[in-house]
Amino acid sequence: MEIPKSFLGYKRENGRAGTRNHVIILPVDDISNACAEAVANNIKGTIALPHSYGRLQFGADLELHFRTMIGTGKNPNVAAVIVIGIEPKWTKRIVDEIAKTGKPVEGFHIERTGDIGTIMKASKKAQEFSQWASEKQREECPLSDLWISVKCGESDTTSGLASNPTVGNLMEKLEPFGVHLCFGETSELTGAETVCAARGATPEAKEKFMKTWSSYNDFILKEATNDLSESQPTAGNIAGGLTTIEEKAFGNFQKIGNLKFIDVLEPAEEPKKGKGLYFMDTSSAAAECVTLQAAGGFNIHLFPTGQGNIIGNPIEPVVKLTANPLTAKLMKEHVDCDVSKILSREMNLSQAGDELIKSMLKVANGRLTCAEALGHKEFVMTKLYRSA
Amino acid sequence: MSQPDLIIHDEKDNVGVVVIETTKKGQECSAWIMENDKTVKVSSTNEVPLGHKIALKDLKEGDTILKYGHDIGKVVKSIKKGDHVHVHNVKTKKW
Repeated sequence: MEIPKSFLGYKRENGRAGTRNHVIILPVDDISNACAEAVANNIKGTIALPHSYGRLQFGADLELHFRTMIGTGKNPNVAAVIVIGIEPKWTKRIVDEIAKTGKPVEGFHIERTGDIGTIMKASKKAQEFSQWASEKQREECPLSDLWISVKCGESDTTSGLASNPTVGNLMEKLEPFGVHLCFGETSELTGAETVCAARGATPEAKEKFMKTWSSYNDFILKEATNDLSESQPTAGNIAGGLTTIEEKAFGNFQKIGNLKFIDVLEPAEEPKKGKGLYFMDTSSAAAECVTLQAAGGFNIHLFPTGQGNIIGNPIEPVVKLTANPLTAKLMKEHVDCDVSKILSREMNLSQAGDELIKSMLKVANGRLTCAEALGHKEFVMTKLYRSA
Repeated sequence: MSQPDLIIHDEKDNVGVVVIETTKKGQECSAWIMENDKTVKVSSTNEVPLGHKIALKDLKEGDTILKYGHDIGKVVKSIKKGDHVHVHNVKTKKW
């Protein structure tokens, strides 16, 4: 198949391109959710991103909170941002960082005004942003404007056999076009960690990966009461035939094909070394992982599933594929790309990779994903430890 | 290129994955090895569902299960060729 050289995206002020054109209402903290949701309810064409945290966090955990908030606002799938927090200082910090992209952003704080006054002020600005954004047109953008993140979920053995290698095949085919790529799931590489580290493109990348994985493993050994046998693999994984974390890890690892990763990113960190594959330190919980990758600036996501994970994200479209024929049949409304014919050998891996490229480009050009059509918009912050 | 009953990732593997809805007890399964495109036969000793593994040889306690050509865990209860291989007879080496 000849791979198209471009897609239709929204060009942004900072030179990046979006596959979506959202106006988001971003609460800084949990207690500002009600206000943000009221604004999104008032003004059509906007979406609120409620979440559970943002108060009394400190240290690395607070920095991760800010990085996630700021990165979400900066994502090129977002046209404009309203930030609402309880206090002015943290609200302003987020607004100022998002403003560096050149996109419209305005902050509001609730203290000394109350919800109702804030909702009124923020709604007026949100209306302005929504109508402004609605004038934006899709334009031809080079394929290299795609920043593709990947994560698998509710995996079973068909993931390792077929749907994850399909993603790997896509990566091998698209890397030469200069796309950015990102995989994560530190915990689910356990058992394959040395094989994964060997894929670092430089000694620094290898070392950084092993340091990241070891830090995770030390934490698990410290906190685990018995072992992770109830969580890794999950009950869904086990029902699907996965027996151990090692088996899951080697299946997971198929998603990067034969590529090498050029750098290791902190959770929600934006890549800075140019095109190529990055590893991001993330949880393996689907919504947490995709939220972090979206905050890192990735604008389209590929999600292979075995037993049928149904996740979506409010700003980064999640394209789902499965190789499990039962999932493809019983959960059809969640599957954007069916590659189950690989198992019956009616389709080879390269053909499956081509199908996935086609499905992904349709979505990049504007087709709603199954998760978008079904209203999935899981926005889940990662919290590193308890608050002060 | 007929439809396989099992798929084996790597020639070194001692398990294969069921890719039909279920195997039947005593079913002579054809197992396709992805790495070298060869096909081998194994008889399923029980009904094993889609996605689950079948042993390609006899394995005893302490043996290592190989899949993708890599170590994915240890045998904790002896396994006969053709048996279902899962959490009842294999455990992680990690924890």
